[in-house]
Amino acid sequence: MSATPETSAIRADASGGPLLAVEDLRVGFATEDGRVQAVDGVTFELEPGEVLAIVGESGSGKSVTAQTIIGLTRSPNSHIEGSVRLSGEELTTQSESELQKVRGSKIAMIFQDPMTSLNPVYSVGKQIVEAIRAHDSSVKKSKAREQAIELLGAVGIPDAERRVDDYPHEFSGGMRQRAMIAMGLALEPSVLIADEPTTALDVTIQAQILHLIQDLNRSRGLATILITHDLGVVAEVADRVLVMYGGKVVEQGTLDDIFYDPQHPYTWGLLGSLTRLDQPRPHRLPQISGAPPSLLNLPKGCAFRPRCPHEFGKCKEVPGLDARLSEDPGHRDRCWLQPEQKRKLREIEGRIGLEEPA
Amino acid sequence: MLRFIVRRLFGAIAVLFAISVLVFLIFNVVPATNPAQRIAGKNATPQLIENVEEEWGFNKSLPEQYWTQMKLIFTGKVVSYNSHVNVDTRIREGIPATASLCIGAAIIWLSFGFLFGFLSAVRAGGFTDRALTALALTGISMPVFWLASILLYYLTYKIELFPASGYEPLSDPGKWFSHLILPWVSLAILYAGFYSRVLRSSMLDVMNEDYVRTARAKGLSSRRVMVRHVLRNSLIPVITLFGLDFGVLIGGGAIVTESLFNIEGVGYFAAEALATQDFPSIMALSLFGAFFIVLFNTFVDFAYAYLDPRIRLGTSAT
Repeated sequence: MSATPETSAIRADASGGPLLAVEDLRVGFATEDGRVQAVDGVTFELEPGEVLAIVGESGSGKSVTAQTIIGLTRSPNSHIEGSVRLSGEELTTQSESELQKVRGSKIAMIFQDPMTSLNPVYSVGKQIVEAIRAHDSSVKKSKAREQAIELLGAVGIPDAERRVDDYPHEFSGGMRQRAMIAMGLALEPSVLIADEPTTALDVTIQAQILHLIQDLNRSRGLATILITHDLGVVAEVADRVLVMYGGKVVEQGTLDDIFYDPQHPYTWGLLGSLTRLDQPRPHRLPQISGAPPSLLNLPKGCAFRPRCPHEFGKCKEVPGLDARLSEDPGHRDRCWLQPEQKRKLREIEGRIGLEEPA
Repeated sequence: MLRFIVRRLFGAIAVLFAISVLVFLIFNVVPATNPAQRIAGKNATPQLIENVEEEWGFNKSLPEQYWTQMKLIFTGKVVSYNSHVNVDTRIREGIPATASLCIGAAIIWLSFGFLFGFLSAVRAGGFTDRALTALALTGISMPVFWLASILLYYLTYKIELFPASGYEPLSDPGKWFSHLILPWVSLAILYAGFYSRVLRSSMLDVMNEDYVRTARAKGLSSRRVMVRHVLRNSLIPVITLFGLDFGVLIGGGAIVTESLFNIEGVGYFAAEALATQDFPSIMALSLFGAFFIVLFNTFVDFAYAYLDPRIRLGTSAT
């Protein structure tokens, strides 16, 4: 890489705003069974060099949020509202060809399953070269290939010089995800969106990939959105956390806020279902009973209400995403319970958890 | 890659041998009547039957019979007892006409099949897609014998736009071309419709693949995504079909088209041989057809290996 980390990280724009600002993003899909509101009013900001984790179960809207940022959910059947601004520049209203210039070069994205995310018929090197040349066709193929080798080396592919001409099926899962990351880094983007990057990998490889992402985040100031359902992953790398449920953000705060003072019962449930080595082992790992709601037919009021043991009358109204702790305005949640009540209710056998319904 | 090609070529030779044995058995051993009598034709004298028995070795053991017959066929000594024409010469004479018909038709059907299939897939669900789908289904639904008759009646007989049927050798390219337009079109329409449908559905499958999303996420233009990532990975079903279809046609399978347009190619000869129950010819034609089907399927295997590195490496590793 020719550029130094200082130049590669694009700092916040002149107006001093955030690097990436998502505001009241709504994504709906017209399906045969009716309209699905996959993302319902998501707002967040991403600062340079920050790792933001978006956490939630399948169907919570986290992947759709991420893909919408770079316009991958655009289709005749989708309806997108709200705003996504990169260094102050609005992306939602850009044409497809304008967005193509942003994709890969300013915002890179890597996906869940590295086994299927690389095209099986082109060599890994060719696919990286293609990404480089898509944004600057004046780069010679041989030059781009050298750069691909460098990138593969940088993400920890041994013997990159030789492996660059290998096909994806000759790489292991972890190596493929490294190759995906190398491809993402090729144009020195300012934002990396990693959509469940470790879900399809085994545990030791997961840790390696997370550390790689963390390294890149630190050494290059690469702002990262990490989408996951695994709070263990979040605990390792995130600075801030967004918890999503039923297409909405139900709680947001710093890593410490979420892990040590969680306000939403859904977050308690997620935390409670985590195995922890530093605490006595529960005889049975707790779970959140029930299933995530169908987005076609969300419950009235708080979407978590049907699964929540602490539900009361007020929950029939949708709670706003508000700062409910006077001492911590950055920590917001969507739950009607009083903070004092919450601190009592979430305590189960000395640790945070969600009470099993009677 | 070389090892892969050699392996496939040996495989093809083995298949051809098996087919020749099968053809031999079907024509000479399975029927209960005297094979010499069938080969000698309908108006054979006892003397002729005896000669055939001698020449074809029917008084010898089966392997010897097989060997004698293959030698006769492959050295070009088989003569039809009906028409007193040398079968190999007759087939060879038919090849230019059949090849002209099939190659021309294949160019047409591949061009339109790809164009329509690609457009349909890119515009899936839209008006273009629906219009092309209707067109393709219409094409698929028109049998060659019907379409050819209609074209001949209106365009040749009624308005005399095209010359009367028959095949003109390539030595006069203008005449060759004008005589082949209608046969090409009538043969190609069915396949064009069919191929566009196959390509469309194959492309729609590939469009949902994760690597296509990756290609979009790295900022490739929609066109590049469609051509380099979607189309390239959608080719295998189309190529599979093409190997089979083209092999059949060039091996004498365009019986209806050749007969209706009076193109005296291999298919025309096959129709004639079948109508007169000319067994030596039918046998030679079966082998000829099988040869091309196997040949083109071997090409298809090579194409697979070229298109998908997993196939190439998967087999050479063993």
